[in-house]
Amino acid sequence: MGRTKVKVRTVPDPKILNARDAIVRITSTAICGSDLHLYDGYVPTMKKGDILGHEFMGEVVEVGPAVDTLRVGDRVVVPFPIACGACMACQRGLFSICENSNPNAELADRIMGHSPAGIFGYSHMLGGFAGGQAEYARVPFADVGPIKIEDGLPDEQVLFLSDILPTGFMGADMAVSPGDVVAVWGAGPVGMFAMASAVMFGAQRVIAIDRFDYRLRRAAENTGAETINYEEVDVADALDEMTAGRGPDACIDAVGMEAHHANPAIDRYDRVKQAARLETERPHAVREAILTCRNGGTVAIIGAYAGYMDKFPIGPLMNRSLTIRTGQCHVQRYMRPLLDRIRAGDIDPSFVISHLLPLEEAPRGYEMFKNKEDGCTKVVLTP
Amino acid sequence: MRGSDDHGTSQRSGRSNRRRMAAAAAAVLGITALGVLAAARLSRRVRLSRVPPGDGAIRVESRVTVNRTLEEAYAFWRDLSRLASFMTHLESVSESASPDGDRRSHWTAGAPGGGTVEWDAVLVQDVVGELISWRSVEVAEVTNSGAVRFRTAPGGRGTEVLVELVYEPPAGPVGATVATLLGEEPQQQLVDDLRRFKQIIETGEVVRSEGSPEGTRAGRLLRQRPAQPVA
Repeated sequence: MGRTKVKVRTVPDPKILNARDAIVRITSTAICGSDLHLYDGYVPTMKKGDILGHEFMGEVVEVGPAVDTLRVGDRVVVPFPIACGACMACQRGLFSICENSNPNAELADRIMGHSPAGIFGYSHMLGGFAGGQAEYARVPFADVGPIKIEDGLPDEQVLFLSDILPTGFMGADMAVSPGDVVAVWGAGPVGMFAMASAVMFGAQRVIAIDRFDYRLRRAAENTGAETINYEEVDVADALDEMTAGRGPDACIDAVGMEAHHANPAIDRYDRVKQAARLETERPHAVREAILTCRNGGTVAIIGAYAGYMDKFPIGPLMNRSLTIRTGQCHVQRYMRPLLDRIRAGDIDPSFVISHLLPLEEAPRGYEMFKNKEDGCTKVVLTP
Repeated sequence: MRGSDDHGTSQRSGRSNRRRMAAAAAAVLGITALGVLAAARLSRRVRLSRVPPGDGAIRVESRVTVNRTLEEAYAFWRDLSRLASFMTHLESVSESASPDGDRRSHWTAGAPGGGTVEWDAVLVQDVVGELISWRSVEVAEVTNSGAVRFRTAPGGRGTEVLVELVYEPPAGPVGATVATLLGEEPQQQLVDDLRRFKQIIETGEVVRSEGSPEGTRAGRLLRQRPAQPVA
């Protein structure tokens, strides 16, 4: 409804608009770290009345005439990028840059050069699609995106297939080789899934970087990561010591555009510019990841960014042969293999959940999540 | 709207600090303005080119790549009746064979405030998998012509479709007819039309959202519905 203002309102039920739509009755839906960027007003092209939410699952209650892969009654998890399955990008597994799914592509084109895929509940620049923090959602290209859950796994164990689990996994997929020392900035849910995934990809050591002890503890308990609290120690020094002068082989930025910096002056520089809209990002994590990464190493950027940052360390990047890999997660590519891992007991993603609230209490959920109150790591809402 | 996030407390005050902040702000503003300008210029597809002054004709052109073969893309456009499914100014196009062998077509466009504008056209060139071009014939309210070219994209990336439309308004006041055909932004309209063509040929339909329930349309970009279900 405005900056730091969300309300639960009654709106019309969604209808089928395209022949390949399905309507899903939502059983569980989560608040994402990237929803906070919308909440805090840092993503342009939001409009009062927009429904937020892109991490949701539930039961199919209606299908359009051209959907033959889903039936009413099917239980599905819905991926956050909307993808047609037919364009060159989708056929190459690059679902989050689908060439067709953003009807407002021209808006994104102006700001970004080309348009990425449409996303549920994530600004008009990315399609103006109603999101999933609601009782029902219309799901376009229902024959491409949603994955069926057929063996009774509870919502809490599979909900995060929609976004944060594949996002963390893709971060590790892009950067980690067996034997690596991996540093992950951000010990939130995405960061923790990146740490757990780094282990799956053969990392020898995983280091979590954050400033909240409760998050670092959770990361250590659930993924075995070593921890650095950047308000207590200097990160560059700590990483140098831990790697005998090399730097981490793989660095994963799971923080994104609202990073916090321990040095108040630096924090204020970017924060003031961001508030004055002179800069759209606060890029501390990605700067630090680039500067500390081992020469020739890889930096995976999976934290969400919207626009343009200042003071990007392009000199260090270029001179030290770093590789940057990045992207909005191509969720559809990872859902099946990750569901198999969950079914096999390799990972139980529900460990990131700290709060379960009814949908009516979404505003409180947003505030708690934003301010990290009450040990909040992840809020799941039930309509 | 509530206030934004806190800025923390100042560490010190004083004129020198303010001057430094002012200088920094000026430098930042300069960089930012350049950054914004660079970003704004990045959009390549909006380029209205006019034939030199005096002629009065308006040419719009645009292009799109589709994940289909040359033959499929050509066949889609060669069925001229399909043009109305993605070109927003057209209501219908129908083809017939005339007695002297011309492939003639009859075009109908919607006029502002209701009613229609109509004209006949003939195919000028028709090379399978390469080129289709047409022009209006006899007395058309707005003489117009069009051409579509098809090329295989490098590296197996599909088919490139390049479209050019030319409108030659009659001498004298340019009336409602031209506005009907061209819309407010003729170049942008063609860009949108080609996005819709790509959506239809690749996915079967124009893609709709709650913000843009009619699908891609320039007029909607700045007048979005809220992202809530359509009633």
